[in-house]
Amino acid sequence: MANDNLDARKKEAVTTERDERTRERRVYQPAVDIIEGRVQTTIIADVPGVDESSVDITLEKNILEIYAKVDPDIPQDMQLAVYEYGIGDYHRRFTLSDEIDRERIQATVKNGVLKLLLPKAEKAKTQKIEVKAGA
Amino acid sequence: MLWSDFDRLGRFVDPWREFERMSRDLSRMGRSSAHDFPLVNVWASADKAVITTEVAGMDPRDIDISVADEMLTLKGKRQGSDLQEDETYHRRERWGGQFSKNIVLPFRVESSRVDAKYQKGVLTISVQRAEADKPRKISISSE
Repeated sequence: MANDNLDARKKEAVTTERDERTRERRVYQPAVDIIEGRVQTTIIADVPGVDESSVDITLEKNILEIYAKVDPDIPQDMQLAVYEYGIGDYHRRFTLSDEIDRERIQATVKNGVLKLLLPKAEKAKTQKIEVKAGA
Repeated sequence: MLWSDFDRLGRFVDPWREFERMSRDLSRMGRSSAHDFPLVNVWASADKAVITTEVAGMDPRDIDISVADEMLTLKGKRQGSDLQEDETYHRRERWGGQFSKNIVLPFRVESSRVDAKYQKGVLTISVQRAEADKPRKISISSE
């Protein structure tokens, strides 16, 4: 077994009334790592079955949303004999802090892993205000 | 089992629905087994089987597959991310480390004819039923 406390089961994403689904498909919440650094935040998500052409990343205000579509090869003319995991799309939403430089966000997908680099915006330089002696 | 391209209402079978239906049937029979990592699905026909598992972000060289009779063993490892000095995990849900899992197949397989591919983080293994394990066809002679 990998991590001691790891639950191998896939988590189905919670639907809120806001997201009405148009695809008749299961939707899972991908497992993610979020790594916080001085210059950037990295979000890594396991999205097996997904490549760069099937991921949608949207940023609205400070809500970053990932939606990844899965089109698996379901073997033809075969019966399912062992069933341990379901197959479906992935969806997850993150709230970003205002510090992120939205223009420089980068996303890559490799071997079913989505990596998002969120560079931090340079902090507004502190303005020095001179205090003049009263006349 | 009847292999038909049409369901009872005569519509063409949607593979997705078919998958959902078959998975429901197995769950009802209590045959969705223990959830040992990594999770696998096994598909079978009379003479071949396909095993799929979702193991994203692996180096194919770190995946080890072996078969003996009707037992398939999957082993592998995935390293965690290399963090920079100033970086810390804010959230850590992805798996990391080593795994080993035995899967019992519906029949004995030909160990020399195992085919595996790793695509988009999904490992697909195809196996062929062993010749010796195949049911013998019995011819019926007429008088």
